[in-house]
Amino acid sequence: MTTVKTTINRRSFIKVTSLAGGGMMLSFNWLAGCKPTSQEILALPKEWFELNSYIKIGENGAVTLMSPNPEFGSNVKTSMPMILAEELDIDWKNVRVEQADFFPERFERQFTGGSQAIRQGWKILRTAGATARQMMIRAAAQTWNVPVEEITTEAGTLQHLPSGKKAGYGELASLAATLPVPEEVPLKKVKDFKIIGTSRKNVDGLKIVTGKPMFSLDHTQDGMLVAMIAHPPAFGMKVKSVDDTAARAMPGIKDVFTIKTLADEYERNGFDTTSFTELVVVAGNTTWEVMNAKKALVIEWEKISDSHIVVNGWGGKQTVRIPAGLESTAGHKAQMAEMAKKPGKVLRKDGDPEAAFKRAAKVIERTYSAPYLAHNTMEPVNCFARVTDEHAEIYGPIQAPESIMQTLVARLGMPKEKIHIKLARMGGGFGQRAYGHHMVEAAVISQKLKAPVKLVYTREDDMTYGIYRPTYTATYRAALDEKNQLLAFHVKAGGIPETPIHPNRFPAGAIDHYLAESWSIESNITIGAFRAPRSNFMAGAEQSFLDELAEELGKDPIEFRLELLDRAKTNPVGENNDYDPDRYAGVLKLVREKSKWQEPQPNIHRGVSAYFCHNSYVAEVLDLVIQNKNPVIQKVYAAVDCGIVVNPDAAANMGEGGIVDGIGNALYGEMTFQDGVPQKTNFDTYRMIRQVEAPKSIEIHFVENETDPTGLGEPLFPPVFAALSNALYKATQKRFYEQPFISGLDQGFAD
Amino acid sequence: MAIFNLNVNGKKTQVDLDPATPVLWVLRDHLNLVGTKYGCGIAQCGACTIHLDGVATRSCLLPVAAVGNKAITTIEGLSENGDHPVQKAWLEHDVPQCGYCQAGQIMTAVAFLKNNPHPSDEEIETAMNGNLCRCGTYLRIRAAVKTASKS
Ligand code: FES
Ligand code: FES
Repeated sequence: MTTVKTTINRRSFIKVTSLAGGGMMLSFNWLAGCKPTSQEILALPKEWFELNSYIKIGENGAVTLMSPNPEFGSNVKTSMPMILAEELDIDWKNVRVEQADFFPERFERQFTGGSQAIRQGWKILRTAGATARQMMIRAAAQTWNVPVEEITTEAGTLQHLPSGKKAGYGELASLAATLPVPEEVPLKKVKDFKIIGTSRKNVDGLKIVTGKPMFSLDHTQDGMLVAMIAHPPAFGMKVKSVDDTAARAMPGIKDVFTIKTLADEYERNGFDTTSFTELVVVAGNTTWEVMNAKKALVIEWEKISDSHIVVNGWGGKQTVRIPAGLESTAGHKAQMAEMAKKPGKVLRKDGDPEAAFKRAAKVIERTYSAPYLAHNTMEPVNCFARVTDEHAEIYGPIQAPESIMQTLVARLGMPKEKIHIKLARMGGGFGQRAYGHHMVEAAVISQKLKAPVKLVYTREDDMTYGIYRPTYTATYRAALDEKNQLLAFHVKAGGIPETPIHPNRFPAGAIDHYLAESWSIESNITIGAFRAPRSNFMAGAEQSFLDELAEELGKDPIEFRLELLDRAKTNPVGENNDYDPDRYAGVLKLVREKSKWQEPQPNIHRGVSAYFCHNSYVAEVLDLVIQNKNPVIQKVYAAVDCGIVVNPDAAANMGEGGIVDGIGNALYGEMTFQDGVPQKTNFDTYRMIRQVEAPKSIEIHFVENETDPTGLGEPLFPPVFAALSNALYKATQKRFYEQPFISGLDQGFAD
Repeated sequence: MAIFNLNVNGKKTQVDLDPATPVLWVLRDHLNLVGTKYGCGIAQCGACTIHLDGVATRSCLLPVAAVGNKAITTIEGLSENGDHPVQKAWLEHDVPQCGYCQAGQIMTAVAFLKNNPHPSDEEIETAMNGNLCRCGTYLRIRAAVKTASKS
């Protein structure tokens, strides 16, 4: 049996108190056990060690677990409490889960994103659950006057077999609350898990299917006004003047004004991305009235000039230049093509790639590109705020509340103790909700109006506001010798405004001569995290190139990848290879077996792809057929190694979603610009994957192991881009280098 | 402004507003029935789907003046406790992720199954094609409609 300590850095992160009215409350820090990685953005504030979550056991045996992670559909509100309940050894049906609010004094880090939630929560939740259980046992031992070791628990009941004594947790909770916290507690063995590894339904399922108010967009309060914003129609523009005469005269309109969303001289944090810091606001009684009045605004816009902003985010303080100009997609493509030709910034070099390319018998070079993408969460950006002189209440969808708190403090001129952020369930996040500009906007509007306000973006506002997935280009080169053996590998990738490259990922480590280079181009179009940032492009490019390379070498694409992984395992090149070749190979072998890769079927075109990101390994095989000259995706097989799977059916749901989303974005996803103006404004022009285009079936296989759980929300998304492009190649004999693939599919196929 | 007498989820109610107001906003802003969602406002996503005399209708483009005597049913009026067969099937398949599109999906499915109680897989896909789900729960939606059609 493993035991764990309940202290970290000599400070206990568990505290036990009595509940008013009887029972026990065990508070703990959800995230204390989590080690920061270089990819994690913020330094750990000392408040991390504050207690931010709790288990309450009432005298009647009811158990309430507090979930501090905001829910955007990845089901953390169900799966995280399952981990706690497992170690606490209670009956899942007696568990109630509550969503914690964001209290600055207690929650300094609540972030859902980067597929980190489970990884961060795992140890701490187990320890907290085990501690509560242990305290129940000690309370029972004391009451019955028997040795601690003789007491067993099951489903919220304590038992002493020799004497036949029995009691529910609730009966002993008040006593347990008075005992000291044990310094060390035993954890269950993986094989003894009863809740983890079994499928449990979404705790909010009933509320969702009955249409209960769950989102901040559904919130209302007495005296609440509705507000909308008008932002510049183009990136590279700002407000010059506003004529609000007509808008003010419209029915139901209370006020029209302009706001600045950031404090003067404000130093931004990593999540302070905001496209337009000055906005025109219309406020009134109802959504419809405000929508109409907004159309009656007469605003003159003017071009911005070059400026600089200071961002204190990832990798320290940086000054970022925001260039003036009205950018267009055609111009972006030309700029990227230009950069792709020039030498980039070397990020990694193994061996002597230049010499190897010089003596190569053959060089294969391919360039891949992808457009900007809009997140298009089904719930548009919105936020409720009620700001008075004494207090600010802000309720909205946010993945990273702790960063926006800093922004609010600076902009509202209020100490954080007076600002209360309530976390709303999110109608989709996908990275966009890491950026909380809407919370500041709502708060500033409420402060100005001295009234509770709900800020609502129209779909058009949401889609044209920015914070897009960047546009990228990657060039891959492979050098082959005269025996048609792989000699050297070169990847050079960049984007606007950032590079997508992870230089130490596969196939780095598997090839003697390896070079990774990056470049980037400045822009005034704002970008942000998007499901599996950077990987969402690199996986598609890299895995399409490897497919083409395997063909050139006359090798089976899975076999070829396995050979490279074998090399990386037995005789790795370089030191910082950030993947485990065994686990990588494991998912490839599993998908090969499950998809019966070695038994191809007539008229079924298959593509394979594998990728490692967010600490999880995924391999996918996609089968498509051509029907009426259109590709129809019959089936996607995925093999996933994300450690222990807490809630398998919910995990499968997330995985299916990632695959559907990947196929949709690969085929259709695209935002374009003309003179700074986003060319797609709503779902009539921005094509999203629909029901009939989704795969007919998806089969997800999890590698069974006892490794601590890792991410699941993101890792199934990136590889499917290449599984699809490689299958499309089989169907068309044409390679797909440019996303969205639909543009290369216009002519349809021969049957 | 004009007065309209509406029949919403079996209850008579009166509203006084701009006749052009879409039913979506009448429900959400005036009647506090917020289960019906705003997604696009241009009849492209299906999040706002309600029933008008049992027929699935996009409420975001439906002016309140066009409702007349027709009965409006929203997700809140589908059942008392979430025990409509379609809702039950949704729970059985644990369909939702973020949940935002699901009321619209369910309303579309209910109206569809009323007209076509034993649909083929292809008919289900076509019927549900107007409802976007950004989270990609399409396969579970299909499966849930299938299950509901058997009950
Ligand atoms: S909101 Fe009505 S169809 Fe999208
Ligand atoms: S469940 Fe999120 S949009 Fe459908």
